[in-house]
Amino acid sequence: MQVDHVVCAFCGCVCDDIRVTVEGGRITNARNACALGKSWFLNHGAPSDLPVARIEGKPASLDQGIEEAARCLAGARYPLIYGLSSTSCEAQRKAVALAEVSGGCIDCCTSVCHGPSGIALQGVGEPTCTLGEVKNRADLIVYWGSNPAESHPRHMTRYAVTPKGMFVPEGRKGRTVVLVDVRRTPSARAADIFLQIRPGRDFEVLWALQALVNGRKVDAASVENTGLSHEALAAMADRMMRCRFGCLFVGQGLTQTRGRHFNTSAAFLLVRSLNRHTKFALMPMRGHGNVTGVDNVLAWQTGYPFGVNFSLGYPRFNPGEYTVVDLLGRAEADAALVVAADPVASLPAKAVRRLAEIPVIALDTHESETTRCARIAFTTSTAGIHVGGTVYRMDNIPIHLRKVLDSDRPSDEEVIGRLLARVKELKAC
Amino acid sequence: MLKILNGEVYDPANNIDGEVRDIRIDGGRVVDAFGDGRENGSCRTIDASGMIVMPGGVDMHAHIAGPKVNTARKMRPEDHRLAPVPRTSVTRSGVGRTVPSTFTTGYRYAAMGYTTAFDAAVPPIAARHAHEEFSDIPVIDKGFFVLMGNNEYIMQQIASGERERMRDYVAWLLGATGGYAVKMVNPGGVELWKSLGNARGLDEEVAGFGVTPRRIIESLAEASMNLGLPHPVHIHCNNLGVAGNWETTLETMKSLAGRRGHLAHIQFHSYGGDPGGLFVSRVAELAEYVNTHPNITVDVGQIMFGDTTSMTGDGPLAHMLHQVSGRKWVNVDIENECGCGIVPIEYKDRSHMHTTQWAVGLEWYLMARDPWRIALSTDHPNGASFVSYPRVIRLLTDREFRREAMKKANPKAIAKTSLPDLDREYSLYEIAIITRAAPARILGLKHKGHLGAGADADVTIYDKCGDAETMFSVPRYVIKEGEILVEDGSIRRETFGKTLYVAPGYDKAVEKDIREFFRKYYTIEFENYPVQLEHYLPRPREVATIK
Ligand code: SF4
Ligand SMILES: [Zn+2]
Repeated sequence: MQVDHVVCAFCGCVCDDIRVTVEGGRITNARNACALGKSWFLNHGAPSDLPVARIEGKPASLDQGIEEAARCLAGARYPLIYGLSSTSCEAQRKAVALAEVSGGCIDCCTSVCHGPSGIALQGVGEPTCTLGEVKNRADLIVYWGSNPAESHPRHMTRYAVTPKGMFVPEGRKGRTVVLVDVRRTPSARAADIFLQIRPGRDFEVLWALQALVNGRKVDAASVENTGLSHEALAAMADRMMRCRFGCLFVGQGLTQTRGRHFNTSAAFLLVRSLNRHTKFALMPMRGHGNVTGVDNVLAWQTGYPFGVNFSLGYPRFNPGEYTVVDLLGRAEADAALVVAADPVASLPAKAVRRLAEIPVIALDTHESETTRCARIAFTTSTAGIHVGGTVYRMDNIPIHLRKVLDSDRPSDEEVIGRLLARVKELKAC
Repeated sequence: MLKILNGEVYDPANNIDGEVRDIRIDGGRVVDAFGDGRENGSCRTIDASGMIVMPGGVDMHAHIAGPKVNTARKMRPEDHRLAPVPRTSVTRSGVGRTVPSTFTTGYRYAAMGYTTAFDAAVPPIAARHAHEEFSDIPVIDKGFFVLMGNNEYIMQQIASGERERMRDYVAWLLGATGGYAVKMVNPGGVELWKSLGNARGLDEEVAGFGVTPRRIIESLAEASMNLGLPHPVHIHCNNLGVAGNWETTLETMKSLAGRRGHLAHIQFHSYGGDPGGLFVSRVAELAEYVNTHPNITVDVGQIMFGDTTSMTGDGPLAHMLHQVSGRKWVNVDIENECGCGIVPIEYKDRSHMHTTQWAVGLEWYLMARDPWRIALSTDHPNGASFVSYPRVIRLLTDREFRREAMKKANPKAIAKTSLPDLDREYSLYEIAIITRAAPARILGLKHKGHLGAGADADVTIYDKCGDAETMFSVPRYVIKEGEILVEDGSIRRETFGKTLYVAPGYDKAVEKDIREFFRKYYTIEFENYPVQLEHYLPRPREVATIK
């Protein structure tokens, strides 16, 4: 059986043109998908012998798991709900409600990837566009601190570099591609210009470019340690001002290195200044399939895009206080519900140590380091393969997932919904 | 079943002006009498003696859901932290002054006696997002207008004279988005903004498309009419917020040539003066035209002094506001369809310009002769938050209050307007018209804005106490679909209202051409574009087209 127009929810590109072949109840091919997407489709889900729930590593029924997990959350003083970037908005909406009744914090992967982009938006705003605008109009593409060839393999071919668009009928030939990074990544091959800057010098380069765009003088000494000559910087500023429609794609090389939200703010301000000369947009290269969705759900339900605290019965926002690394690193959270994320494998050691001390409830579609050490682990079905739902592409376009296969396992939405109902009962609220 | 006895009823659609009447409600509707001899059976009764009974309020132009509103939420933590809303045993928590979270939006409308609201500008490609937020906006019924005034497919069809194909596309797009009406924002200008330009007049050519704003307006007005849409084309004119823009506004009205059309937030489009200079009011000329042309309706877009968030489908306007104020600025260009801009803005009573805008809004209310063709709005949150409607009502009903308010504003600016000479005071009957009966009628909602048999049982009951602002801020009871949801300003039960949408018929042959356009210029598959109504509209209510 073939299913067309299937949506890949693996990375922020959310390609929706996948032709999936199903044979004998398994996906055997995913045409149009990149290597990452193919692997997501073909290796989806946990082995069928992985139980739907485990308590302390022992198989349990779904009901037992729910009861145990609900008691754990209801009894916690300061629980944390974390992850959510690889599940549907329908599950995310229930997770926010659960955080609210639990009176703890909810944070998503944004706080460890593009949180600094969110903070820049709060500080200076954001000139941006959808990916179709890039395809139809952009004649200058700049990837900064991003390696799309490996992280978003179809970004260049589907949206930003090779496609022919309404006002770029020549496709690739009609665009100039610049890669800015601290090392020559595989993406450099696809770029016309590679600007290698010294590690930790992004802010200085961005600030100098902004000054040049604003017609100020930049003396050579101030850019000495950036790895780029004054001439190279001036040429780049000039190129950006003279393009017809430019787009700066901001990667984690900017957001997770020295300077963080100073870097992103400098990048956003640079693009803002460029709009005095030409049309220029920017876009954070959001990683996980629906990390953009969880920002959106949190924003519409609570006003804030990540790191939200409900201890006082209403939402509060304070990155550095209510964010995952800090809550765990300071040993504040006393229980954690992890949804569709693997913090044990990805967070700093101090945070992981705390996860080993407190009861962890994990929901995931497959076995991970986090599910392995969780006190209660649920094996859920995969949004985009077993259940439908909504995901948001990196440019905030909402896309509906197609269900391709049946599954006996419950969805994240179902498990979180049941936890919500039970925690409400237990807390009598 | 519910009986509301002895209330002073204001139901202008049924010519009831403060007479004492009983209202009977059964099955979520207003009924003449309970059938089957149940008249004396047990049912809840509200004794509304000495109270005022009106249909639930209808907000026909606000920005409450979708990508633009949500980006504004993400952008304004400093606004949210001033107004946290704790959870209760029946309601969800939230935040927000000028861009409230979804739950808070629904509760606040309901607590103010409004039971229906429309979002005025949703990008078609993000319709799904607006519906997702609607699913988290409690109590009220809601719908949205679909941005079409800069749609590249539409412009191509206009340029090549494909009128029928364009009309079929409009019908397809309304159905695909689950939208309610055709909206235009700065027609042609937002397309030009994609290369840093703007449309300054109705006959300026939209580069690359061979059309003009005038042709876009005419064509979409025509299509809305031919499709029999319940609400006519909804227009945000070119040149919003620019001195001298009244001529563009007048030209836009004339270009409708007798076709029905609604001009949104007319206050922002009624300025004389030289571009770049001070605003002067041109309400007199425009109101005269509206007064004598029954095909035209308006909502005001009143500004109120204070800090708010400007959010608009008019990208070049937001950029202008950003350049004037230097405050943070969001711009989003949306493929093939539209764009948006967001800037925080503070309206200052000392400012000559802001005072003029404030007075222009009030002049509109006071100079429009037919209240059935003017709706109360603040273009929430552009002019002010919707929670300021009760204060706007007091400004209209209480001459003395208005005089006092004028004294606090910029005196030079006030002196140049006709506001000091306008003595008119709105009656409660007229307030009931501009806050419920008229917007419902302009929207083509036959079951809303009145209390006759068959109407939706959305009813607001006010205590006659204090001034109009107090009275309209905290209704005694708010009834939605026959259920008492609000008592004394607090939500007693959480329900979710319906989503109002249209699904006009069209010739399916058009889809082949649309599909080809998608293949070339969109980044999402044609097959994945239409909103799955069964999934995203938990309580759908289709409103029929007019035959
Ligand atoms: S680029 Fe991303 S969304 Fe597209 S197929 Fe590859 S992994 Fe999936
Ligand atoms: Zn508006």
